Amino acid sequence: MTNFSQDELLKMYQLMVTIRRFEDRLYQLFLQGLVPGTLHQYQGQEAVAVGVCSALQPADIIFSTHRPVGHGVAKGMSLKSIAAEIMGKADGCAGGKGGQMHLTDVSVGMMPSNAIVGANIPIATGAAIGFMLRGEERVSISFFGDGAANIGAFHEGINLAAVKNAPVVFVCENNQYAASTHISLTMKIENVADRAESYGIPGVIVDGMDVMAVRETAEKAVERARRGGGPTLIEAKTYRFMGHSRGDPGKYRNEEELSEWRSRDPIPKYRAYLEAQGIDPLTLASLEESVDERIDEAVEHALAAPEPDASETYLNVYAERRK
Amino acid sequence: MSLGNTTEMTMAEALRDAMRLAMQEDPAVFLLGEDIGIKDGFGGGFTVTLGLSDEFGHERVMDTPLSEAAIIGAAVGAAMVGMRPIAEMQYGDFVFVGMDQVINQAAKMHYMSNGQVNVPMVLRLPVGASRRGAQHAQSTEAYWMHTPGLRVVCPSNPYDAKGLLYAAIKDENPVIFLEHKLLYGGKGRRKEKTSIDPIMEVPVDAYEVPLGTLKEVREGQDVTILANMMMVYRSLTAADSLAEEGIRAQVIDMRCLQPLDLDLLSEAVKKTNRVLIVEEDNLTAGWGAEIAARLGDEVFYYLDAPIKRLAAPDTPAPTAASLEEEYLPTTEKIIQAVKALLEGG
Repeated sequence: MTNFSQDELLKMYQLMVTIRRFEDRLYQLFLQGLVPGTLHQYQGQEAVAVGVCSALQPADIIFSTHRPVGHGVAKGMSLKSIAAEIMGKADGCAGGKGGQMHLTDVSVGMMPSNAIVGANIPIATGAAIGFMLRGEERVSISFFGDGAANIGAFHEGINLAAVKNAPVVFVCENNQYAASTHISLTMKIENVADRAESYGIPGVIVDGMDVMAVRETAEKAVERARRGGGPTLIEAKTYRFMGHSRGDPGKYRNEEELSEWRSRDPIPKYRAYLEAQGIDPLTLASLEESVDERIDEAVEHALAAPEPDASETYLNVYAERRK
Repeated sequence: MSLGNTTEMTMAEALRDAMRLAMQEDPAVFLLGEDIGIKDGFGGGFTVTLGLSDEFGHERVMDTPLSEAAIIGAAVGAAMVGMRPIAEMQYGDFVFVGMDQVINQAAKMHYMSNGQVNVPMVLRLPVGASRRGAQHAQSTEAYWMHTPGLRVVCPSNPYDAKGLLYAAIKDENPVIFLEHKLLYGGKGRRKEKTSIDPIMEVPVDAYEVPLGTLKEVREGQDVTILANMMMVYRSLTAADSLAEEGIRAQVIDMRCLQPLDLDLLSEAVKKTNRVLIVEEDNLTAGWGAEIAARLGDEVFYYLDAPIKRLAAPDTPAPTAASLEEEYLPTTEKIIQAVKALLEGG
């Protein structure tokens, strides 16, 4: 039996369903030509963002990637500000300057998401060093994919965090593919987490399709970091149900593999778990309905929102001196 | 201007003093880099941080692994949560190992987040050719000037070094702070063989030289020479020689390249009508190219001759003394360039 209250369990379900349905809606909007640029979507990986972020305190911060919608929603960003940002509108979270890959809401601990693979690993480490130097019991999270495990910043950032004992947790969402390239073509070892040993920190593998497992693993790592125990590398084995980005039909993945992972879809799995805990399916259905309403509202808001004025181009290049 | 209490300082001492005062004043200021605080070590590549770990401890004078991307990236992350890191590259050339963290991260975070985060960090880079060859010689101004979001500072003397570094630490943006290896004034075994090592009376207290300011270091009516760091000294020596021949050269120390005080330059050119830009780094797309183009726009009709640029040729920096001498703008080359400019008018 779990230690979590029913409200907490339902909150996690609500977040997972929100991410899935919101991403699905954004994809429709993209197909309708209402999203400029590109989309990198999170469907299939919801248990990771929700499992990790639900283990955090509000003052903890996360550093996300080019695939940030799940992380932003899980950390508490408003759907309105995300939808508007992705559609290039003035009241998006970054006034339309960021776009799909650069979602930010510092007020909820969502630091600017980063579209350079692996770059947030040393940055999250630096934030954690800042917390440590100030004696604050805050934790910084770096989310990244399996592709990032092969870039220099991964090695440099994790090693620095390890030797400085920085309060940071590295969360590798191993969805098996760096764009179209399977991990077996880029790593001679099976598990990214195995690399932790070479930095002298714990490496933990968790089923990234199981939100409760992710949450429990994340809580241990986060509390360890908060108590001064140093960083952990978590590898969540997961799968993205969509292509890498827009216009990627994912032909490099076979139907068998896809259906195997779809059968492990984290949302029905968690729903079954909740029902087994005695939660009324009607409660879940009404929760889903309210999620749909919030998504409708956010999308309508974003569609109606004005585009940023051209003069905004020139603002916030440099920060003003503090008074 | 009264300087208050002053004491003699080298560049290295002046830079150290700026950091010490900022650290005493603000617990958010900390240093990170390779070999900067090791006990009985050498205080970074050029002694600048010597003694600071004794005063402030090894947490605030943080020695790091040999990991440029992590040093710069960690500075970015710490700055984003309200710290004021000062990161050091042992040699400026090593910054290219961590270039993503400067160009894609430090420079763009404020903009991409629409002002939600600031990155108040300083990245100190020892630059300039000093008989060490192509990978320990570059001055790199142009890379930073090209990237919106960065400030670019390149002092030539201890007074400016202290005041500009102190101002850079207070600034809310990432500041690329270039320090010339032949100007530091390291002592004993750390002294550079061909160095100039200026020593000046420098105020003991903290003060700022505002970022974005240039300085006329010699008055003159016939020609304006724009130079920074080491090239300021060669230009001043050249100006002395030219004066003996009756040529009055104005020299402006280009100690800040971003923000750029184009107005000051335009006013200078309106008086002298001739411009020579002296750059230590390679010619093509160097910092002077941008300034020449801007002045061409602003004051074309005041010019009596085309703007002349004297820079290193488009080769990597060679090592041997005879080759390096050929590579760098020398006093003699500056004199010849000024004369050609005057004859050309």
